[in-house]
Amino acid sequence: MSEILVVVDHAEGAVKKPTYEMLTLAARLGEPSAVFLGPADKNAEVAEAVKKYGAAKVYAVDDAPLKGYLVAPKAEALQQLVEKTSPGAVLIASSAEGKEIAARLAIKIDSGLITDAIDVEEGPVTTQSVFAGNYTVKAKVTQGTPIITVKPNSAAPVEAEGAGALEVVSVTVSDGAKGAQIVASQPRKATGRPELTEAAIVVSGGRGTGGNFEPVEDLADALGAAVGASRAAVDSGWKPHSYQVGQTGKTVSPQLYIAAGISGAIQHRAGMQTSKTIVAVNKDDEAPIFELVDFGVVGDLHTVLPAVTEEVTQRKG
Amino acid sequence: MNIAVCVKYVPDATGDRHFEDDKTVDRVGVDGLLSELDEYAVEQALQIKEKAENPEDVTVTAVCVGPEQAVDAVRKALQMGADQGVHVSDEAIAGSDAIATSLVLAKALEKGSYDLVMCGMASTDGSMSVVPAMLAERLGLPQLTLASVVEAQGDQVRIKRDGDTATEVVGGTMPLVLSVTDQSGEARYPSFKGIMAAKKKPLETLSLSDLGVDAGEVGLSVAWSEVEDTTARPPREAGEIVKDEDGTGAKALADFLAAKKFI
Repeated sequence: MSEILVVVDHAEGAVKKPTYEMLTLAARLGEPSAVFLGPADKNAEVAEAVKKYGAAKVYAVDDAPLKGYLVAPKAEALQQLVEKTSPGAVLIASSAEGKEIAARLAIKIDSGLITDAIDVEEGPVTTQSVFAGNYTVKAKVTQGTPIITVKPNSAAPVEAEGAGALEVVSVTVSDGAKGAQIVASQPRKATGRPELTEAAIVVSGGRGTGGNFEPVEDLADALGAAVGASRAAVDSGWKPHSYQVGQTGKTVSPQLYIAAGISGAIQHRAGMQTSKTIVAVNKDDEAPIFELVDFGVVGDLHTVLPAVTEEVTQRKG
Repeated sequence: MNIAVCVKYVPDATGDRHFEDDKTVDRVGVDGLLSELDEYAVEQALQIKEKAENPEDVTVTAVCVGPEQAVDAVRKALQMGADQGVHVSDEAIAGSDAIATSLVLAKALEKGSYDLVMCGMASTDGSMSVVPAMLAERLGLPQLTLASVVEAQGDQVRIKRDGDTATEVVGGTMPLVLSVTDQSGEARYPSFKGIMAAKKKPLETLSLSDLGVDAGEVGLSVAWSEVEDTTARPPREAGEIVKDEDGTGAKALADFLAAKKFI
């Protein structure tokens, strides 16, 4: 059975959920191995975590010589790992950085690339959602080692005991890969809420909030949800860009998406149309968002949302 | 200083985007335009030019790979203020994946000696967001990508990048590849004067042989990935919509959420 490399998605060694989703998908293709590019003192912890989701091997590369630069050194490290292991496929989280690493790796190892997969089956055959969610595309790589970037929430992680054998790998980084230097880095402030792209429930606010996100945030907290925003809300400066759901922001695919005061322009739809259940609250009964919903309330979010929050809190009581 | 801005011609997102029988995106039978996200790259290129000590020493070239109609994307960039255009058009390119497209673009860029290669954050059709990184890899240049703020001084470039887990300041020395997001600043509209002036600007059309690219290296038949199937998403079944009257909406919504087991 061929080895499938899964690049661990993590924040300073804290393994994120998409890693487990990718390990679960990798098990359909072959034997999953995890690749951890991160701080060496977290190797054991990460190995322990990914082992529970079926990782047979854990290749650990100390990222100290990689992380002062943008993307390129990580692609070089992965190239060396691919040459060493000749895997059947490489799975990488479909984040901005993940896609760029995948892009460079594809050129380096003369291999085809598929981005933003929402499912991966034997083959590997991928499923993607394109044109703002209006089409579903099945595709496969036909040249080299398939490199696939996978969106969060693409699979329910399945626990499976793997051997989790840790192997520390040293890599070399060329001077050419050090051309883009990270001169300062400000980690994003923790919100205490689930990560937007990984959350099972997302509550988003738009122009209709008038800048007051409190009703949106209160409902999100009652439901244990992440908070999102439309481009209009971000452009108005009400929320930072990291909250934006849509074509130029995050694409989310939660179990439940609640759009409050969002009209539902194509820009926004592109980022949420594949959500399993969609709910909207909007004053305008002709807002295009109502074409997408499973349940809609025509009303003022400033009165409807707090009342729903109260109902939720009571019923959860 | 020479700046190249890569511009893509894409199907209008507000129109009927669909696939052809060979499972490629229909780029000919639908209304197309300059990808909105590339307008931000044109804008930032023009700002770098305008802020330079001697703006007349800075040349902004719009570079496009695409079918005949794609020249419209170059024209739009010229109308916005780019100085000249390069359009690579060859029937053999049709159906190319991002990998082959980046090969053709890289060859076209190697023909000019550019200090900056600028791109948008993604196309509005394929939206893979991989071509800038591929260009950097092929051209052996540093990549400063997904910039929300760009500062250029002499041959030094600094960007602000709102990354997945952190906001970073990234610096590099020209020549380099620079991509910008829609947060980098609104793109200007072409002025009447700009539209008139664009008609007289140099626009070069190149074929694959002009670039020394073998037609067998590009196109649908040699793409490194293959689409097996495309399916239009079935329209969502009409949902239930209620009008809120004195709190009835909230109760109905809570009932819905409870029925779906979200609470």
